Amino acid sequence: MPSSGRPDTVYYFGTCLVDLFYPEAGLAGMELLKRAGIRVVFPADQSCCGQPARNSGYFDEARAVALRQIKAFPQPWPIVVPSGSCAGMMKTHYPDLFEGRPEHEEAKAFASRVFELTDFLVNVVNIRLTDKGQPLTVTWHGSCHSMREMGVVDQPKALLRQLANVTLVENGREKECCGFGGTFAVRQPEISAAMVADKVTALEDTKAARVISGDCGCLMNITGAMGKKGSPMGGQHIAQFLLERVDG
Amino acid sequence: MGDFTSRAPAALNDPTLRANFRRAMDGLMSKRAAQFADKDAWESLRAQGAAAKARVVARLPELLEQLEANLTQNGIVVHWAETTAQANAIVLDILQKAGAKTVIKGKSMVSEEMELNHHLEAHGIRAVESDLGEYIIQLAGEAPSHIVMPCIHKNKAEIASLFEKNIAGLGYTEDVDALTAAARAALRGQFASADAGISGVNFAVAETGTLVLVENEGNGRLSTTLPPLHIAVMGIEKLAEKLDDLPALLSLLPRSATGQAITTYVNMISRPRQPGEKDGPKAVHVVLLDSGRSRVYADAQLQDTLRCIRCGACMNHCPVYSRVGGHTYKFVYPGPIGKILTPQLEGLDCAGDQPHASTLCNACVEVCPVKIPIADILVRLRAESVNSTGSGAVKGAGSMRKRLESLVWKGWAAMYGVPMLYRLGSWGLTRLGNWLPDSLPMLKRWTSVRTRPRFAAKTLHELARDKGYDHE
Ligand code: SF4
Repeated sequence: MPSSGRPDTVYYFGTCLVDLFYPEAGLAGMELLKRAGIRVVFPADQSCCGQPARNSGYFDEARAVALRQIKAFPQPWPIVVPSGSCAGMMKTHYPDLFEGRPEHEEAKAFASRVFELTDFLVNVVNIRLTDKGQPLTVTWHGSCHSMREMGVVDQPKALLRQLANVTLVENGREKECCGFGGTFAVRQPEISAAMVADKVTALEDTKAARVISGDCGCLMNITGAMGKKGSPMGGQHIAQFLLERVDG
Repeated sequence: MGDFTSRAPAALNDPTLRANFRRAMDGLMSKRAAQFADKDAWESLRAQGAAAKARVVARLPELLEQLEANLTQNGIVVHWAETTAQANAIVLDILQKAGAKTVIKGKSMVSEEMELNHHLEAHGIRAVESDLGEYIIQLAGEAPSHIVMPCIHKNKAEIASLFEKNIAGLGYTEDVDALTAAARAALRGQFASADAGISGVNFAVAETGTLVLVENEGNGRLSTTLPPLHIAVMGIEKLAEKLDDLPALLSLLPRSATGQAITTYVNMISRPRQPGEKDGPKAVHVVLLDSGRSRVYADAQLQDTLRCIRCGACMNHCPVYSRVGGHTYKFVYPGPIGKILTPQLEGLDCAGDQPHASTLCNACVEVCPVKIPIADILVRLRAESVNSTGSGAVKGAGSMRKRLESLVWKGWAAMYGVPMLYRLGSWGLTRLGNWLPDSLPMLKRWTSVRTRPRFAAKTLHELARDKGYDHE
């Protein structure tokens, strides 16, 4: 690693949701890293962090998938993840999941290399962004796991504030869950519906044009609810938004 | 009774209830936040509280013995109850031997667990709740909807009508002082004439045999000092190792619960009235209730549940609780603590769906003053409910296991755990996934309030390769 602490090469873990539904957001994160002069490696054998099975209580299945990811990232490079939730799974729950098993040390070592994308861009890359876009007002939605498992609260806002023509307005329910919760949205559809309705109202109240988030699960939920009610507001993953702004 | 999921819509569709909870929880959250504005001070206080309760859980059997010895030495009679039925029988027996016909009660969640009032009523003993919130729900014939503020589901207007109907001579008024005064007047006579007082316990100090009780209305002090007989009921986990642990715990509890720096009353009961003393009960009894707690204690991970000091902060901050309210949980303990405690005490066969009714957002974990890893315990209980650990630690383990569901997860693990299969599966989903019928149950539930997500034309795997990114 160079003296600044910035690595030459990083791994990128795209996450299964990004892979299947939001690949452009994933690619944007890779592009930002590449433009910062970092070599980005995307292991072909990656798939999902295993969180859906773990959160449903199917630990053996979660371990099988987690182990496959651990094996797919053999070099000691940082692993950058464009999702606080999947990063949280890998960083905080891989060690628990393998506690008392032969793979425990390997899981811990893997976990210590995991970074959430915006945290990495701010604290490791020390990225500088030049905004070429039109004036725009946005609001930020932090996912519960990015805030509470990864400690990612100010990093994404610091990135948005680097954009000269972007006004960031805070929303009144920023710390409240949007009601996604993976399988929760379909296991408890009524409660989830009530939560996302409140979330959308709080976001709309800001009068921002777009909600920016670092987690595609939340975005799928929030923008889905916005779309269904015909809200004028849209949503976007932060990586894609940042890239769009620097490209103008 | 149905399950949690099927009970939820009734609450969700009740706009008054929703508004009452939303307003109350918002108020409680901001009051708590003001108390813990200094993050470092919060973290250090919380570390002390968590450590104090962790020590209790780690040494529970010996501390219980120490507590019993010290209580006994102080002249307080100790009773052990394995079940709520036993606890009820013990309390009834003490009251009957004393010839007691009327009881004044301080707030106690354990007595709710026991359904003590019903039991006493059935044996001709009248128990009147003296905590204002408990008094209100007793008048309404309801169960508590919150462990600290039992009538939080009611707004002022609802309480005003309830009082108008039940308190003779009181017209309809929404004036809080007038309502409180009316309840106080109605209760005053009861304190003076009750044959016995029954209370809960916040902390029983093993080192000294002291029962600590916090409250804001003075009713706890009256219930435990005016009547000639005092019976305290408590769960076997509500201990503090030593008096030195109290400053941190007594600071964390009210700040977390109601956003108060300290409660108006902190009662420390060490012995019955001594010869020559002018007040205090002549006899004090403590009933220590197990009711499933030793089973919780037996599991190294689940035992963290027993650290709980019942502050209610987890429910105040829970996005699910604040929308469905306490009664949807149907059991004594609602909210996040209820979701981890109820299935352990009652069994996963009766409350196994509760741990699943969470987004695992960790809002509760962030505020719990004794650092109970609630989300991790929820996940563990989910695993127990489908019996995937085989530990047998929780009653009713495996009761939610469905063959099809476990097969689906096996299939899922194969698709995501074998790169070849994932490449095939993800290729297929991006090409064909958007053709899946809208009528699939999962999709139907999702699209009831959201648009349908669209699979991308190409996966990130493919795009990364197209763009020339290295893959090793
Ligand atoms: S679990 Fe924690 S936050 Fe909830 S009532 Fe118990 S001590 Fe309070």
